Amino acid sequence: MTQNGHNHGDNAEYYSQRAAAIQALLIEKGICTLDDITTMADKIDSRSPEDGAKVLARAWVDPQYKKRLLADAESAFLELGYDLPETSPKITVVENTDDIHNMAVCTLCSCYPRAIIGRPPVWYKGLAYRSKVVVDPRGVLREFGTELDESVQVKVIDSSADYRYLILPKRPAGSDGMSEEELAKLITQESMIGVTQALSPEAVRAV
Amino acid sequence: MRIRVGVPPTHFRTPEYIQGKQGRIDTLWGAFPNPESLAYGGDGLPAQPLYQVEFTQSDLWSDYQGSSDDKLLIDIYEHWLEPI
Repeated sequence: MTQNGHNHGDNAEYYSQRAAAIQALLIEKGICTLDDITTMADKIDSRSPEDGAKVLARAWVDPQYKKRLLADAESAFLELGYDLPETSPKITVVENTDDIHNMAVCTLCSCYPRAIIGRPPVWYKGLAYRSKVVVDPRGVLREFGTELDESVQVKVIDSSADYRYLILPKRPAGSDGMSEEELAKLITQESMIGVTQALSPEAVRAV
Repeated sequence: MRIRVGVPPTHFRTPEYIQGKQGRIDTLWGAFPNPESLAYGGDGLPAQPLYQVEFTQSDLWSDYQGSSDDKLLIDIYEHWLEPI
């Protein structure tokens, strides 16, 4: 952990007061306006996991699109009308396959592909996930109910700098013939972080 | 290469668990403003090449519970890398 004991997500009230104090200072010192802050917050809130799921479902049904998405995610997002704000960190998409399972974390804080899937879940920012997933990723997978064969290579990606990682989950068995819209419902927020697989078609039908 | 060890008196993006560890450069992402300067109102220049570096999990943790093929990937600025 860093020396200043960053602990986002574990003490919401303290951090919300701190954020309010920082916001007041930024405005008072003329570094930015309240409008700048609310505009940026609205931009982040305008994205949700459904947006990411839509993009990734397209990759499942269109191999050419998938190729473009893996090579240059931001251009591929734009094809579907998702224009990332200029201030957004770079985003790249990483594919999970039969042989390789990727999962994303930010051990230092809460870096996350917000510009395409919105805010991270609270647990993603918490100390428990951030410290455990790098040491024992398979244990974390089990906690999320994800069973992986021993032969599958697990890769943990720590987004420590200027890139954010969106995971393209493996298309589940039994999903042949489903429409792009139906497929998008199988792609959950957790599966785009890589702590779970995409839902099975049966799981969605049972709901 | 190996990750340098250090606790500079600024905001830095090289977690301590990876410092001193040996890895392999996987990808060069390009050059980005140095966060150690940006965090204190600097211009971040000169921009630092940013690499995705791959480590074998069992090299990081002696009691790693998992496959010997499992990896950890992390993005590290060039000034934190040293040749072996």
